[in-house]
Amino acid sequence: MDELFSGFIHALQLIFSLDATLTQIVALSLQVSGIALGISALMGVPFGAWLGLTRRRARGIIIALIYTGMGLPPVVVGLFVYLIFSQSGPFANLNWLFTPNAMIVAQVIIALPLVAGFTMAAVSGVDPELRQQLLALGATSAQATRAILREARTGVFVALAAGFGGIISEVGAVMLVGGNIAGSTRVLTTAIVLETRQGEFGRAMALGLILLAISFVINLGLLSLQGGVIRVKS
Amino acid sequence: MRNSIFVLVILGAWITACAAPPQTLTLATTTSTYDTGLLDAIIPKFEAQSNARVKVIAVGTGQALKLGGDGNADVVLVHAREQEDAFVRAADGINRREVMYNDFVVVGAKEDPAKIADALNAADAFKKIALLQATFVSRGDNSGTQTKEKSIWATTNLTPTKEMLWYQSIGQGMSETLIFANEKRAYTLTDRGTWLALQNKLPNLALLVGGATLAENKDKTLLNPYGVIPVNPAKHPNVNAALAEKFAAWITSPETQKLIGDFGKDKFGQALFYPNAGR
Repeated sequence: MDELFSGFIHALQLIFSLDATLTQIVALSLQVSGIALGISALMGVPFGAWLGLTRRRARGIIIALIYTGMGLPPVVVGLFVYLIFSQSGPFANLNWLFTPNAMIVAQVIIALPLVAGFTMAAVSGVDPELRQQLLALGATSAQATRAILREARTGVFVALAAGFGGIISEVGAVMLVGGNIAGSTRVLTTAIVLETRQGEFGRAMALGLILLAISFVINLGLLSLQGGVIRVKS
Repeated sequence: MRNSIFVLVILGAWITACAAPPQTLTLATTTSTYDTGLLDAIIPKFEAQSNARVKVIAVGTGQALKLGGDGNADVVLVHAREQEDAFVRAADGINRREVMYNDFVVVGAKEDPAKIADALNAADAFKKIALLQATFVSRGDNSGTQTKEKSIWATTNLTPTKEMLWYQSIGQGMSETLIFANEKRAYTLTDRGTWLALQNKLPNLALLVGGATLAENKDKTLLNPYGVIPVNPAKHPNVNAALAEKFAAWITSPETQKLIGDFGKDKFGQALFYPNAGR
């Protein structure tokens, strides 16, 4: 109980003191997960939309693969990415192991199936008649798809929120491929593991609270982009 | 005949049922004692003798002492003398006893760019590494090993910080740190036991300072004593003080000390820990 309370006080102190180490850890967490989410969105939203609309035979297998990917344990992804970039791996020459680049690669692998899967579900939920009507009215296929995505935007934002939540909070992959190097690859989750292992429960709690606060603010932002908050108000 | 067997079986079952359920002892210790396999080798004997179950929590020395200081462990077995003394001063632990020691060695890339294999001692090796700004990996987790590393840096009048890109503080355990050093062809300080246990998975690394065995280690500052400290029941009434004291007495007894001294000889051709209780 004591640790919980002192952790909370410590969190407030840390946040308001703008501790340089902490600022850097937070910035790196946002940078790595932000870029990973951006890449996942650029690839996952169009792919998910296509998957939601297509009637090809391969659809079933691809969907099964995506659903499997949505449950990938981050530590397994981390192991895989570690082995590719390791000195004995195929991409050793890039020298990406223990750098933010490797962390981004791992997080894209974790977030992409989440973004694609939820986008697909959202797009499938839109009335199929809509696309036919739009095409009949002379819209191009790309225009029709964009209109459907706009219609399914709540689901698409859920996809982005799920992807972001999945990667900002994961520790297994970034620990393995980033190495938790102070000042270069240490992010919030790996810092929490470290502080806990050192018995610094107060600092660990503080970092945990900051992580939650960031998640909350980002989700609020996504919601307001989508118009959800405003609509609830009116 | 048949009847007597039946009676024996019943008697046996009755005795088993009457035996007291085993008590539980929570031991907070460092990763080095656990990762080397020492505890797995000796603790079953204590469990059998004392009708106890030992729950081993293997963490860094910092957290092990914290577990004891919070009353979440009954006894601690760690290696960081100053932190141990502070633990006893704070009345969290009582009656610290020497158990054994092992030693640290400096390992690094086989090519040895900083030429530390010719160094006089660990401090000299550290100076050479810093001079060349060769990559050095630090545990960075406030463990006993990192405490030792910091004390060596202190004697060189150099204080590495995370702004120095060649000094990488990764906040992980010894095995992870060695694997990291192997990937990066970097230098690091490790306890000999973990090095020997992992050596064949670290093709890029070689032992550079500390000699082939503990007896050959010329730098006596690299010796690493372990102490056992029962948690103070006066401050933490919930601990199993009687069993903790029993454990401390057992691990410092001549029989157990012999087991500790023999451990590792069959697998590594050398002892990993040298018993020194009561000396």
